[in-house]
Amino acid sequence: MYTSRKYAGVIAGVLAAGLALTACSGDDGSSSTESPTGTTSDSMDGATEVEVFTWWTSGGEKAGLDGLVSVLAEKYPDVEFINGAVAGGAGSAAKDLLQSRLQANDPPDTFQAHAGAELDDYIAAGQVEDISDLYTEFGLTDAFPADLLDLLTVDGAIYSVPANIHRANVVWANPTVLDAAGLDPAATYASMDDWFAALDAVEASGQTALSVATTWTQVHLLETVLISDLGADAYVGLWDGTTDWTGSDVTGALEDFETLMGYTNTDRDGLDWPDALQMVVDGTAGFNVMGDWAAGELDAQSLTEGTDYVYFPVPGTAGVFDFLADSFTMPVGAPHPEGAKAWLDVVGSLEGQTDFNVAKGSIPARTDADESLFTAYQQSAIADFASDTIVPSLMHGAAAPIAQLNAISDATSKFTTGGSDLATFQTELAAAAG
Amino acid sequence: MLRDIRRWGPPVLLISPSLVLVGVFVYGLIAVNTYTSMTDMHTAAQTTGRAPVQFVGLANYWELLGSDSFQHSLKNLGLYTVVFLGGALLFGFMWAWLLDRPVRYEGVFRSIYLFPMAVSFIASGVVWRWLLNANTGDNATGLNRLFQMVGLSFLQNGWWNNVNVGITAIAIPAIWQLSGYIMALFLAGFRGIPEELREAARVDGASEFQLYRMVVFPQLTPILLSAVIVIGHMSLKVFDLIMSISKPANYQTKVPAIDMFLFKSQYDYANSAAVGAILLVIVAVLIVPYLVHVAREGRR
Repeated sequence: MYTSRKYAGVIAGVLAAGLALTACSGDDGSSSTESPTGTTSDSMDGATEVEVFTWWTSGGEKAGLDGLVSVLAEKYPDVEFINGAVAGGAGSAAKDLLQSRLQANDPPDTFQAHAGAELDDYIAAGQVEDISDLYTEFGLTDAFPADLLDLLTVDGAIYSVPANIHRANVVWANPTVLDAAGLDPAATYASMDDWFAALDAVEASGQTALSVATTWTQVHLLETVLISDLGADAYVGLWDGTTDWTGSDVTGALEDFETLMGYTNTDRDGLDWPDALQMVVDGTAGFNVMGDWAAGELDAQSLTEGTDYVYFPVPGTAGVFDFLADSFTMPVGAPHPEGAKAWLDVVGSLEGQTDFNVAKGSIPARTDADESLFTAYQQSAIADFASDTIVPSLMHGAAAPIAQLNAISDATSKFTTGGSDLATFQTELAAAAG
Repeated sequence: MLRDIRRWGPPVLLISPSLVLVGVFVYGLIAVNTYTSMTDMHTAAQTTGRAPVQFVGLANYWELLGSDSFQHSLKNLGLYTVVFLGGALLFGFMWAWLLDRPVRYEGVFRSIYLFPMAVSFIASGVVWRWLLNANTGDNATGLNRLFQMVGLSFLQNGWWNNVNVGITAIAIPAIWQLSGYIMALFLAGFRGIPEELREAARVDGASEFQLYRMVVFPQLTPILLSAVIVIGHMSLKVFDLIMSISKPANYQTKVPAIDMFLFKSQYDYANSAAVGAILLVIVAVLIVPYLVHVAREGRR
């Protein structure tokens, strides 16, 4: 009697443990079986859903996403939108989660990625579909500029639909600070050397001359200096191997970069881009180099162009449009391919691009958008995008794969914190190019 | 035979679920990790099996250990551990010693010292990022501003932004958070020493200093050892505090755990696994002798 009771306890314990185990595996099972069966629910009577994975969770980005959703509701009333947005770390938290979901064969129906070389990893890993056919079907081939299509095409195939275009090589400045330093706020600068004189003047007036934030914004700055000093062709050559990273012209650009970093705030590594931009808004810094998502931030603070802020292309890069684009993909094994197709149609459509970009502050990738709907900055960017030489951005995934970008970021951070000298920096950059 | 099964069966049956779980999810995964670290899985295509993966032995380890940036991470980890360990032990011990004497409101002080431990590293890191702002002079905020206000301007510095010793600034919040815990450990140690021993020493004419030096401290050695192990292994795993004060890409505050994270995010699973294995070995060097020591004590 005593022993059987003892055993009863043991058996109960084992059973409980077993139950707990099956409960765990049951969870796993349901999520992994969902993907293959999910497709069958598609196209039954046209009703389906689309899970859209982005890192747009607040501000203009969220408003832009909402714009796309409303167009989706009009064009495809049967497609239910599921927001798979993940907040945090300017997209790095989302990219991390996306990586594990793709690895586990549990992809969203479509995900956001920077157009260009950043997609290389997904393509090489066989995680995104070739959607060239959709370009024909939706008539996108003629809607986007040829330069852009060239940059999107990998081995004759296209893997994503761009939703917008951003420009990276823009300087934002505070006219009050420039006035106080005895500079003409309307002036633009033809070269880095001209700009250094202006930076000296701001520094002499007691303010930070150039505000910058943590590593990625320093890489962003480096990229614009490279464009300025090397010119558009040689800069593009850095990414296809025709420009030598060890050359003396690159050395010259790195020297200019070093000089620029000498004008910056000491607490830069603890800040992110809005903090650095805010220094210009608050009048504690003269200039800031940032992509034109800064325009959205400035608009959100109800600031007026001309009196509260001015902007111009990074000195020496007038006529060059350092581009990056957010784009949407069709993952291999997406549970609702019909939903994803509907989403991509909306993203590429004129209505979708207009609604999205008016809210987000970027410009449409399509060339046929109605300019009058956009702000003054956006209109100038649209005009420049149509006439300028378009080059891909390094920091924002258009020019180089993630591994090379990380290696360049490492080398840059090492250099700007004093961990290496210029020669070592250049060697490491060359090594990053492989 | 049957009796043996009756005797051993139930306990073995009872612990088998946890044995299986630990076997698979701890030791099994350590084995998989070690294997991955010995392959050339450096690209996205290889992680999904679209490109061949070769076994390369210890090549990744040699390359990592030979690279400047990983040596910098290891050096940072060493510096951080020394400062964190030293600081937490020093403050923890000091507070415990002070509270060991009969103090009024001892409970209040104990709680105050222990409170920081209740805050997560991420949350306190956000505040410390502001306190440890690198600006000096007119733009100073945080601790640098405080130094100016109390007339200690010469103490202003860039905190964690120094490429050589910046990592020690990250140890400051860690010390702040864990000293209270060390204090609690030592206080328990002090209280565990029978009052009779102290009385006997006093009767023998020992001064208060001699009393601590000859009677109390020697009995605290086991506590000291546990404290070193607890702080040491926490320090070697440091990641969250750096992520919230600095940024993963900042060279000056890199440690192996950050490298592991960055390698993983660029699909370099082999190097990521190799860094993980190196961290495991470093922690094992600290923990295993302790476990052996404890096991020996238990047998005695």
